[in-house]
Amino acid sequence: MINKIYKSAKEAVADIFDGATVMISGFGEAGSPIELIHALVDQGAKNLTIVSNNAGSGHVGLAALIENKQVRKIFCSFPRTAISVVFPELYRKGEIELELVPQGTLAERIRAAGAGIPAFFTQTSVNTPLAEGKDKRVFNDKTYVLEHAIEADFSFVKCSASDKYGNLIYNKTARNFGPIMCMAAKTTIVQAKNILDVGEIDPECVITPGIFVKRVVEITNPADESKLVEEKRRYPWN
Amino acid sequence: MELNNKNIGWSVTEMAQKVAMDINDGAYVNLGIGMPELVAGFIPEGREVIYHTENGLLGMGKTANIGTEDPELVNAGKKYVTAIPGAAYFHHADSFAMIRGGHIDICVLGAYQVSEEGDIANWSTGNSNDIPAVGGAMDLVAGVKTIFVITKHSTKSGESKIVKQCTYPLTGKNVVSRIYSNLAIIDVINKELVVRELAPEVTFKYLQQNTEAKLSLAKEGS
Repeated sequence: MINKIYKSAKEAVADIFDGATVMISGFGEAGSPIELIHALVDQGAKNLTIVSNNAGSGHVGLAALIENKQVRKIFCSFPRTAISVVFPELYRKGEIELELVPQGTLAERIRAAGAGIPAFFTQTSVNTPLAEGKDKRVFNDKTYVLEHAIEADFSFVKCSASDKYGNLIYNKTARNFGPIMCMAAKTTIVQAKNILDVGEIDPECVITPGIFVKRVVEITNPADESKLVEEKRRYPWN
Repeated sequence: MELNNKNIGWSVTEMAQKVAMDINDGAYVNLGIGMPELVAGFIPEGREVIYHTENGLLGMGKTANIGTEDPELVNAGKKYVTAIPGAAYFHHADSFAMIRGGHIDICVLGAYQVSEEGDIANWSTGNSNDIPAVGGAMDLVAGVKTIFVITKHSTKSGESKIVKQCTYPLTGKNVVSRIYSNLAIIDVINKELVVRELAPEVTFKYLQQNTEAKLSLAKEGS
């Protein structure tokens, strides 16, 4: 019997180990699985490597995980935002490592891992500081830089609905990194706004086929990150 | 060098109008954050343009009205937007395949500097105290067919932004097709800067005096 449904975020993240690589979906707050991240703050795994487009806002979600000193390194395309305070402080103190990756290269490195491709060539970043020290090769008179897949132990993804097989659909631009992060981790943990009966999601409309998903938790009313930041909330809750 | 007379030249709105005039009917367009976003307001009547936002939407509409914002419907600048009828959502790997794969026709970007050879620097000032952040800038300049830059001609302190060689870290090399500044529209042709149109009251001499890079004037009818 296949049933990927977990009762709580706490149970779904219980086995995350020190030193694990964890991908976290989201573009800013859109698609950020904040309840799963908070469960990981409670769980306490340390020395994590995080793969995420941004580095969190205020003192909740990914910013709370970083503030709790659980993150050793982050792969990120845009860690700088007006309301990002935690990451900049630790970065300037040298307490967190950053691998800055162009957004499309970040996406493709994640996709490649999920598709069994160890590395690929891209023109993005050629002749810039971000290509320094990387292997290059010329194809059809154009220079390309070699980029390696990023594999993860766990992925945290937010979606709008799932069934017990882990077939997923998303909501608008909250989809962003979700589908490719589902593919790239050994264990993908999803928070879904709704869990539907099998057959309720039209197979033509499934965005992430369940084979890429291991665990699903229903979070009916996920917190609104921008509201929490506006209200100056902190996690663990102040 | 003459003092830069701030009262001559195009306004930001007029610059955006100039860019909009050069966006063809049927184009798939990505607009950078800030000044480039203004361009969407000036597409001439009768032209249909589809906007791509790299976080995963083709068919981006106007900014969301107050009270109707959806935190899960944002643009690349994380602003609340809308989607037009006929829009499509997709994941990041597909979105950047559109960019890297050469499917997007035009990208309009801001810049710190553009060089004589069409190099662009627009992601970092190289200040070691800044938090490095790149987003999709390098992917866009490497992949989109035509790169337009919209920028003030000089910095607030009066330094030319159109330079012989970029001193800020590059976003991409030999990628810019055309620059729209408040003083002129300048094409990058075979690694040379050719002035295509001067703003009212701006002479070629004045423009060159206020530009670090070497310019030439387009021949009539070219």
